Parts: sequence; C-alpha cells; structure tokens
Amino acid sequence: MKKLFQEFIKGIIRENPTFVLALGLCPTLAVSVSVSNGIGMGIAATFVLLGSSMIISLIKKFIPDKVRIPCYIVVIATFVTIAELCMKAYSPVLDRALGIYVPLIVVNCMVLGRAEAFACKNSVAASFFDGLGMGVGFTLALLLISAIRELLGTGKIFGHTLIGSFEPVFVFAGPPGALLVIGLLLGFFNYLKRRKA
Amino acid sequence: MNLQEFLTIFISSVFIYNVILSRFLGLCSFIAISKETKPALAMSGAVMFVIVMSSVITWFVYRFLLMPLELTYLRTISFILVIATSVQLVEMVIRKTNPQMYRAFGIYLPLITVNCAVLGVAVLNIDMFFINGKAVAGSFYYSLFQGICVGIGYTLAMLLMSGIRERLEFCKVPESFKEFPLAFIIAAILSLSFMGFNGFKF
Repeated sequence: MKKLFQEFIKGIIRENPTFVLALGLCPTLAVSVSVSNGIGMGIAATFVLLGSSMIISLIKKFIPDKVRIPCYIVVIATFVTIAELCMKAYSPVLDRALGIYVPLIVVNCMVLGRAEAFACKNSVAASFFDGLGMGVGFTLALLLISAIRELLGTGKIFGHTLIGSFEPVFVFAGPPGALLVIGLLLGFFNYLKRRKA
Repeated sequence: MNLQEFLTIFISSVFIYNVILSRFLGLCSFIAISKETKPALAMSGAVMFVIVMSSVITWFVYRFLLMPLELTYLRTISFILVIATSVQLVEMVIRKTNPQMYRAFGIYLPLITVNCAVLGVAVLNIDMFFINGKAVAGSFYYSLFQGICVGIGYTLAMLLMSGIRERLEFCKVPESFKEFPLAFIIAAILSLSFMGFNGFKF
C-alpha cells in the first residue's frame, strides 16, 4: 500500500509531468487561457491517462514488442474518443472552448510516455496510481498556469473579478503570455531544484 | 473556390495563426531540435512533407470512408492510424532509397507520428472545410493548400528560432534558465512579434 501511495505522490511534485519532465506542453499552453478551461483539460487528460495506463498494463503480455507503439496509440485514441464524445454530450461549451485540443490528447507525449515508461512494465494497480498521480500533477500545473494567465490577462478568476482597479495585460491572455509564463515557471522550478541540491 | 480564399489561408496559417507560435502545435520538436539551423531545416522539411501527405490522405479517408459510412466519430482513431502508417511508409522508403538521409534524421522521423502539428492540421482541415457534415466546394484543394502553408509556417518559426539560439550559444545566461526556460522565453518574444500580424483582416 505504501508503495502504491509513492507511485501516486511522485507525479505531483517530484516528477511533475509539466514542470519537471516537460511533457505534454502543447495543450498546457493552448488551453490555459482560463482556469475553467484548464481544469476541463486536466480532467480529460487524467481520464485518458488512467484508462490507457490500466488497459496497457493489462494487455502488455499480448502486445508484440515491434508494434507496441501503434497498439498503445490505438488504446489511447479509444479513450480520447470516449472523452471527446462525453464532453460533446455533457459540456458543449467546454468542448467548443477546447476545440481541436481534445482530439490532440492522442498525441500528448505525456500519455504515450507513461505507457512506454511505466504501464508496460508494472502491475495494473501500480499503473492506476501512476496514471492518477501524473494526471493530478498535470491538472495542478494547468491550474497554476491558467490562474496566473487569467488573473493577469483579464483580472478575473473563474470569471469573477478579483482585482478592482486593475488594467488587464492582454498579452497574458494571448499566445505570448502562455510561453512567457511557462518559461519563467520552468526557470523558477529549476532554481528551486538547484538550490536544494 | 477563389484566389482570395487561398490568400486568406496563406496569411492566416503562416503568420496570424502560426502553428507553433500561436497554436502551439509541434512545440516539442520546436524546442528540442532548434539548437542549430541545419537539423532544424531538415526536420522542417520532413514535417512539412508528412503534413501535406497526411492532409491529403485524411481528406480522402474522411470524405469517402467515414462520411458515407456515418462513422465520423471515429475520426481521431482513424486519422492517427493513417498518419502512423504513412510515417512508417515514408521511413521505409527513405531507408531504402537514401540511407544517408535516413541516418541524418535518426529518431526524429518516427517521432513525427506524435507531432501534434500533423494530427492538428488534419483535424483542423475537417473542422474548417466540412460544414454541417458536407464538404465545402473545393475543400480538397483548400486542405492541401492549408497543409502546405502550415508547413511553411513551421519552417519559418524553426528557422527564426534556430538562428537566435545559435547566437545565444555564446551568451552568458543564468544557470537556472539554460536550455528549456530560455527557449520558451525566446519563443514568447517571437510570438509577441507575430501578434503584430493580427492586424491583417480580410
């Protein structure tokens, strides 16, 4: 049980997929315009990660080594399609806001990376907790980036005004803001890591 | 189908909505392979070729397979399979005909499959040129042209970035900002200058 908890907790800080492993950055940058978009994307990616990690660790013995990547991609694409259809049905507003970035979870290197690096070598339970930890870490990272961007770009969080007399910096709501925020955050986390060492 | 439409596609996919700097597709390869100009250009060529090829193939798959059979919800799965297969095919052809080039590309050739720009353009073509379940007139040519333009946009961003990073090699940067963080900040400044193209309106 303690080992499983370790698998879960490592994805949140020590091996955070966004800030430490630098995986799956395309959707992180594209959808982090507002906190609600960020959370939506985080949940969708966590669902795909959980499902695909479990299925891949279940069928790892039947997959020939040479064609493993296409097999992984098919499993991942299945879960992405499920997530896509559910989002279209239950939350059309979010689906429109995320646009092409929902089907693009298929090519998110974080998902394929976990399949290749973890799920194909470990048990179902361990893969489940690894996927959950990575998913939560990804969602928290998205939350942090989107909170910074929404606050600076529009002066609001979840659409509620937080700072009254504040001229929003529109650049932060646009593409350059995303790149700048993630660049500075990566630098900051590097600094923390170096100071610890 | 008219000339102005093509011009709009060109300006918007090369400058206004540049794949990398505005849509954030293919960011991994952009950050990883932009340290020197030569590999960056080779990579851009390969990516452009795969994007154009996959936008043609996925158009046919969607129009003549998924639409008549009413399987459009299988879009994601079928597209990624088609892309993976065609990348594998390209890899085999290059290995047989030009082993030197094959060695130069190395690991990056198979990795194009998971380059989000490729799948992104395929999905974007369908979203833009199939309205209400029907193909727009000339959608095939639009898809093909959009594929080419996105490839040009990718090459442009790669070229700019690798040129800047080559010069940065000789600069003193803070230890914590070496490599990735700095690359992102440069990309932010590049993206800021591309925002100026937003003024183009048609």
